[in-house]
Amino acid sequence: MKFRTLGRHIKEGFKSLGRNGWMSFASISAVTVTLLLVGVFLVLLLNINAIASQIEDDVEIRVYLEKTSEEPQHQELQQQLEGIEEVSSVKYVPKEEGLQELIDSLGDEGKVFQSLEDENPLPDAFAVKTERPQDTPLVADEIETLDYVSEVRYGQGTVERLFKITDTARNVGLVLIVGLLFTAMFLIANTIKITIVSRGTEIEIMKLVGATNGFIRWPFFVEGILLGVLGSLIPIGILIFAYQFIYEAVSMNLNTILFQLLPVYPLMFQLAGLLVIIGAFIGVWGSMTSVRKFLKV
Amino acid sequence: MIEMHDVWKTYPNGVMALNGIDIHIEKGEFVYVVGPSGAGKSTFIKCMYRQEKPTKGNIIINGRSLIKVKERHIPFVRRQVGVVFQDFKLLPKLSVYENVAFALEVIEESPKVIRKRVMEVLDLVGLKNKARFLPDELSGGEQQRVSIARSIVNKPPVLIADEPTGNLDPETAWGIMDVFEEIGTRGTTIVMATHNKEIVNTVKKRVIAIDGGRISRDELRGNYGYEI
Ligand SMILES: Nc1ncnc2c1ncn2[C@@H]1O[C@H](COP(=O)(O)OP(=O)(O)OP(=O)(O)O)[C@@H](O)[C@H]1O
Ligand SMILES: [Mg+2]
Repeated sequence: MKFRTLGRHIKEGFKSLGRNGWMSFASISAVTVTLLLVGVFLVLLLNINAIASQIEDDVEIRVYLEKTSEEPQHQELQQQLEGIEEVSSVKYVPKEEGLQELIDSLGDEGKVFQSLEDENPLPDAFAVKTERPQDTPLVADEIETLDYVSEVRYGQGTVERLFKITDTARNVGLVLIVGLLFTAMFLIANTIKITIVSRGTEIEIMKLVGATNGFIRWPFFVEGILLGVLGSLIPIGILIFAYQFIYEAVSMNLNTILFQLLPVYPLMFQLAGLLVIIGAFIGVWGSMTSVRKFLKV
Repeated sequence: MIEMHDVWKTYPNGVMALNGIDIHIEKGEFVYVVGPSGAGKSTFIKCMYRQEKPTKGNIIINGRSLIKVKERHIPFVRRQVGVVFQDFKLLPKLSVYENVAFALEVIEESPKVIRKRVMEVLDLVGLKNKARFLPDELSGGEQQRVSIARSIVNKPPVLIADEPTGNLDPETAWGIMDVFEEIGTRGTTIVMATHNKEIVNTVKKRVIAIDGGRISRDELRGNYGYEI
């Protein structure tokens, strides 16, 4: 193919978009609506995932030591703890530090405990984290059987429920996205198909005057990309605007450190890139599969 | 220029449209193809640019076989043959100019050559001043002339036409015939299927009559020969 022919195909792709005005509009709208939905769910899913990870990362096992145990025994236990396969970190928390943490976490009410500083009721402890937060209950059970351990705490019950919720949220989100993507592909491809079917004679005539299949395909390829890319612009715009707004609102008002949304950038760059690519891919796929039927004259 | 050797065509539904056609047409000849409705004229024509593939036999155009050609080379064989369709087959959204230029874009001509050639043929068919019109804005005869312009713009050695005057009033039909004669004087081989008795009997040329998928008559300077 000559270089100027490529230029011709690109120009034809653009022109054809204009010539088939309403059909192009229909296709672009289909892309716009579905990509908006895909985008919204994608942002939701990514945030749910991020928040779930934040929460899960906070889970740790507190291993309280028998008050009668001594320094060498503590070291022996620490080695045993570190030897457990699923464990990622073990930190020694002397009782003074444990009490301070407790006071801090209770805020104003914690001041009551300050008087206890002299006769600290807490035992010394180890803070244990696992590689995968989901392993916490298992590892906790194992630790409980070790010597010199008086008590093991990790928020029994609550943690199991937490994991169930985060796992469900992730799975539901993923299923939704995949389902939505497939629906989008078929909806858009069908709309494009309809616009191209109405151009069957056009393709037939091209063939009869001696156009090669490649020559016929190119402008449709360009057109497919254009439909997809143009269709992704509005969703991208809306998503960036809306997410920025929500992000600011959340970080201003909910002054909690409980969870944090993903920062606007680079998330929005990645999302924009992804939507443009999905749009172009679906557009090309739709127009190529439709053209193929007519190339057999 | 055009050779058919024992060409048979049976459509998938079982209709036997061509039953052993042998024909030899020289370079520069002007040939009418006549015959009753359903005789197989259109099928005969369609086989010449591979819109239909014969079930059996061989067709050679300008030295190249239409039958043994590879699928992906068909477009190149088609470029040897300009085709004028009874229903014009113009692209409705393209202007007259663009419709004609299209046949040259397909063979990747330079824009400069395209401009020059398109204006030349539009001049030849008398539509130079309507280059920017859309097909819908033209009369039937004018649309047919656009279709002719497109078929000859890439200077194919062979021009075939299936009832090019079929839908036109007698006067317009004669106008179209003049264009064909003009193209014929330039050395193009022309094959024209027609029901137009008056034209066939007035402008005397070779007449090939087809009946029941067979050649029933082949005369130089022949007559239309039967009543419609
Ligand atoms: N695509 C097709 N599929 C099946 N049968 C066909 C097809 N095209 C034509 N035929 C049949 O083949 C026979 C010849 O048809 P053809 O169109 O070649 O006739 P014709 O001589 O051009 O007629 P007319 O003068 O009416 O145009 C007819 O019986 C017709 O029904
Ligand atoms: Mg016919």
